Amino acid sequence: MLIDWFTVIAQAVNFLILVWLLKRFLYKPVLDAIDAREKSIAAQLEDAAAKEAAAAKERDEFQRKNDEFAQQRDGMLKKAGEEAKAERQKMVEQARQEAEALKNKLQTAAQNERDGLSREITSRAQQEVFAIARKALSELAGANLEERMTEVFIQRLRGLDADEKANLTAFLKTSHHPALVRTAFELSPPQCAAIEAAIKETLSTSNEVQFETSSAIVSGIELTTNGHKVAWSIADYLASLERNVGELLDDTHGNEK
Amino acid sequence: MRLSSDEVIFWQHGFFKLNETIITTWALMLVLVLGAKWITSRLSPGIHISRWQSTLEIIVSGIRKQIQEVGLQRPEVYIGFIGTLFLFIALSNLCTILPYYEPPTGSLSTTAALAICVCIAVPLFGIAEQGIGGYLKTYIKPTPLMLPFHVISEISRTLALAIRLFGNIMSGSIILGILLTITPFIFPVVMSALGLLTGMVQAYIFSILATVYIAAASSERSE
Repeated sequence: MLIDWFTVIAQAVNFLILVWLLKRFLYKPVLDAIDAREKSIAAQLEDAAAKEAAAAKERDEFQRKNDEFAQQRDGMLKKAGEEAKAERQKMVEQARQEAEALKNKLQTAAQNERDGLSREITSRAQQEVFAIARKALSELAGANLEERMTEVFIQRLRGLDADEKANLTAFLKTSHHPALVRTAFELSPPQCAAIEAAIKETLSTSNEVQFETSSAIVSGIELTTNGHKVAWSIADYLASLERNVGELLDDTHGNEK
Repeated sequence: MRLSSDEVIFWQHGFFKLNETIITTWALMLVLVLGAKWITSRLSPGIHISRWQSTLEIIVSGIRKQIQEVGLQRPEVYIGFIGTLFLFIALSNLCTILPYYEPPTGSLSTTAALAICVCIAVPLFGIAEQGIGGYLKTYIKPTPLMLPFHVISEISRTLALAIRLFGNIMSGSIILGILLTITPFIFPVVMSALGLLTGMVQAYIFSILATVYIAAASSERSE
């Protein structure tokens, strides 16, 4: 007989015992270990994913801050550049104004100096001319300057043409004011009388003649009525001299520049 | 000439006896349980594991994967039964390379016991899955006329399981014995290697058929 029923029962029992034992000592621990490992790996992967996400977030935040910083920096640089430009323009403008003021000041000073010099030259020239004329006249003709001036004035008065004479006469007649004779120097009484006589004679007037000494008259004699004047003066010559000296000074000043 | 290790009896008292089959089975059980206990006592849930643990995990996860591929979605419920079937038969057949070893699977009593266990386990798993009513209805599907055929099928496949394993292993042992008397060199070695392959294939066939029967009895497979 190939089948022994006791052995069949015993083997069945043995097998069931083996099933229980292996379940307890083999399958459960091994499967538990595998599950634990899988859970651990899953947790690690999840953790890694979370860390990656956090890192990505951090990176994005950093990038955002970096961009913001760059924008701020650019803005500040631009602002600083604009401010520097404005400041530069302001400083250039200020310097230009200062330079302009200095230039004006210098020009004014130069003009003042030139004017002063011109006045000085005029004054000196007048004195020199008078001195030369006075000396020349006294040495050559035995006459002083004032006398000669009076004579010349009287000659000029007498030498007026008819129209001028008529005009002056007409004005003197209509005027209630005396005829005014202004001189740069004090006239002696004979000179005054000579001039008065010449005026009355030439212009046929009975108006009084008033004499006045004025420093404004540059070494000369003039007769003024209402708007008309008969005069002899060294002022014309001095004006010509002043003009020539002025041109000379301008040329010198120009060359110095 | 002995056809079965059942015939070698060490102790007998009436119906009770201790024969070579039972003793060898105990030895195999001892090896399996002690080996499992020895390895699993030093299990590590971490990434770095020992070679033995790795081997054991490959075997256990391989069995679990096979059960899943057949169609059972909760392999941890069935792995105790099906895995033990495979490991016991495989170890029993592998040990044929040891001298003076008679495999318990070469005994029709053992294979009959395993087949009966499968025959009982299949309806038990089926009832556990879909209730007693649901399981019994499978016998009258698609028509009550099929009931006798289902019953015959249950008996015949249990017989087939027992005879197939017994026949393969027993024949292998007997052929090896005969060849040893005729050509004691070289050829028995080749046949022994072939016997190892046959033994592993039979272990796989027995356990996979048991899985298929259980899957057929439970509603999980069809659904």
